[in-house]
Order: sequence, then structure tokens, then C-alpha cells
Amino acid sequence: MANVKVLVAKPGLDGHDRGAKVVARALRDAGFEVIYTGIRLTPEQIAEAALQDDVNVVALSLLSGAHNTLFPKVVELLKEKGLNDVLVIGGGVIPDADIPGLKAAGVAEVFTPGTPTGNIVEFINANVK
Amino acid sequence: MNIVEELLNNHSRLALSKGITAVENEYDNAVEIMTKIYPHTGNAYVIGITGPPGAGKSTMTDKIAKEYRKRGKTVGIVAIDPTSPYSGGAILGDRIRMMDLMSDEGIFVRSMATRGSLGGLSQKAGDAVKLMDAYGFEVIIVETVGVGQSEVDIVKTADTTMVVVIPGMGDDIQAIKAGILEIGDLITINKADREGTDKLNIEMEMMLELNPEHVSWRPPINRTIASKNEGIEAVVDSIEEHKAYLMESGKLAEIRQARIKTEVVAMVNDRVNRYIDKNVVETDDFGKTVARLSTREIEPYSVVEEIVINVLK
Repeated sequence: MANVKVLVAKPGLDGHDRGAKVVARALRDAGFEVIYTGIRLTPEQIAEAALQDDVNVVALSLLSGAHNTLFPKVVELLKEKGLNDVLVIGGGVIPDADIPGLKAAGVAEVFTPGTPTGNIVEFINANVK
Repeated sequence: MNIVEELLNNHSRLALSKGITAVENEYDNAVEIMTKIYPHTGNAYVIGITGPPGAGKSTMTDKIAKEYRKRGKTVGIVAIDPTSPYSGGAILGDRIRMMDLMSDEGIFVRSMATRGSLGGLSQKAGDAVKLMDAYGFEVIIVETVGVGQSEVDIVKTADTTMVVVIPGMGDDIQAIKAGILEIGDLITINKADREGTDKLNIEMEMMLELNPEHVSWRPPINRTIASKNEGIEAVVDSIEEHKAYLMESGKLAEIRQARIKTEVVAMVNDRVNRYIDKNVVETDDFGKTVARLSTREIEPYSVVEEIVINVLK
């Protein structure tokens, strides 16, 4: 009985968590175990929580514009901790122009506003290790 | 990665985490891991925290963990949240109250979903506790909502059990009176700045007064406002007093032996249940038997007799 575990987190100084909560609920309804960690977290806190809960997926949400710094930092810290199989995905108000850079930094996919939550579920199911 | 080696000798947090995943998901190596770490367990002091939803258990756990850190102890936490019976998914939100513990190497928090009752959540949570124990955590807190038999079973396996209640719950308090309140070695009234605290305190006193079991240890009632860190030191003092009482009276050894007995019985039951599921319930014959039962062609008593004789053969 191996359930997919997803950590939903908001790095940085951004208190807008409705999107993250909607995604968390949708993932739960899709049968995932969602660890919801709340707002204003450091990349270190997120990576450590991912290690302790041995999650399969880290889903980052950010609306403050700091995604180019914080998303890659989380990816880097996960690797440092030996979590090499964790799928990292991101979402929020992220300009299209930034997406290739984020993907190059190890973020598997970026979901921008308007994405049906079903797409996120599908992506996780198709790519989780 | 050699999980056992890394966990015991190299103090690897990743190995501890992977070990818990192995027991949680019933991986093939789970039994081997547990077999090897078992001799290294039995050193941690286990505290169970339970209470109704919204009582502040996670916040309380966070604050108690910090208080123990101040007193020089390392703390492992197993935080359990319910699985949705509809989707099989879960939102594990206990960690949200504990995120600032993430920067402390002396603390390890693991979230667990209740999943199905089959397979024994209490067994898996118990194994997670043992893994943390073998890793070397001195205090282990198991936190779970106090509804449902499996959750009560988990908490009952603790050395000290604390029940958290809050004022203003009205009939809900009546409902839990008969249940989880009775298993508390400590009672904590959280959110004690709210109206109704004194009344609740009196009700708790009355309940304790009426319980004939409380002769040598009477559960102390503490008041806290966990979100403001008020009253937490007194709660930890009470836990330590209970621990001292258990040790001096020799009850700790008794509790732990009873716990081992319960665990082994549960493990045997689990194996037997799985065997029966596989070899009886999931067979075509059994389906046919149920169909014949529903038309009253046969009756269940001799069916059961036959199954039991066959299984025990």
C-alpha cells in the first residue's frame, strides 16, 4: 500500500495561500497524501520537511515573484539531503519567460493560473517515481 | 542504502525516514529492518497526546517538544491525521504548527495518515516510534485525534497519555467523557483564556472524582494557552511527575510489558486476518457461499465452523 505523498509549501514572504489550499484539496481528492505546511517558509524548512516525511513530490506555490531564486534553492537543498527522486513542481503567477529557466534548474513542471487541477494530478501520476 | 546500518551507526535522518516509509508501505525489507533495530529500542519515553479536533494538539506538541529541547532532550514526533474514506487521500496538516522545529537537528517530525484500518495503523505508528527510539530520540510524542478505536489504541501504547480538551464544546465534551478522557494520565485544558474554562475544570474534577481507578495517581488538570506558550512548563513538569511515579511504583515495566503483549497479539491477528482474506474471503468459493447464505439455503454458523476447521488444519 504505497500512497503518493505530496508536500505542498509556500516558500518566501508571500501569504496568499488560497491557490495552494485548492491544489492541496484537489490532490487529496485524487487520493494523494498531502502534507500541507503553510506559508512563509524557508527553502531549508521545506527540504527538511520533505526529508522527514519522505515525500514523492514537493509542490511549491509562489505569488511574490521570488520563484527564480527560491524554487531552484529548494531543488538544490533536496539533492543535498540525498532526496534525488523527489519530483518538484511549481505554481503561481510565474511569467512564461521564466519557465524554461526553472525547468533547467530542476523544476519538473510549472502550473500557472487557470490550470485545471486535474492537469496537476495527471502530471504527478505520470511522472512520480 | 543500508537503512539499518545508516540509522544505527551513522545517525542518518534520511535512513530513519526511509525506514518509516518501509514499514508504512509494507515494503519487503520492513520486517528485516524492524528485526534488526528491535534490540536497540526501549530507551525512549513515549508520550501520547490526544483530544478532539481543534483542541490544539499540534500546537501543544510543538510547544512541548520545544520545552523538552530546553531541558536537553531530543524529541521525535509522530503526528497522525485521518485518511478520507472516500478518496483514500489525506491532508496532513499537523506539520503546519511545527515548521519552526525543522531547523533543529534534535527534532524529527513524521506525519502519518490513518489509511485503511486493515494492516493496523497502531502497528505502523508503533514501528515508527521504535525506529525513532533506535535512532536515539529520548522523548517521542505520538499525536492523534481522539476519535476511533485505532487512534485510541495508538495512544494507549504510550507511557504517559495526555488528553487535551477545550472549553465551549458543550455536548462534544459529554461525548468524549465516556471515551478518551478515561485514558488520560494528564488532562490539559487548552485555550484556557476562553469562557467556560472554570466550568470545564469543575466537570473534569468531578469526572476524576467518580473514577475509582485513580487511587495512586490522580490525573492532574493543567491549563494552557498553547498558542502563547502559556502553561507548557507545568504540563511538561506533570509529564515528568507521572514518569517518576511510574518508575518508582514499578508500573512502567508493567505498562511496557502489557504493551509488548498487545503488540504481539495484534501482529498475530494481523497475520491471521491476512491469511484468511487471501485464502478464504477472496476465493470464488466464498462468493458462492455468501450467495447461498443470502438465499437462506445454508446458515452461517456451520460455514464458520467449516472455515475455522480448514484454516486451523
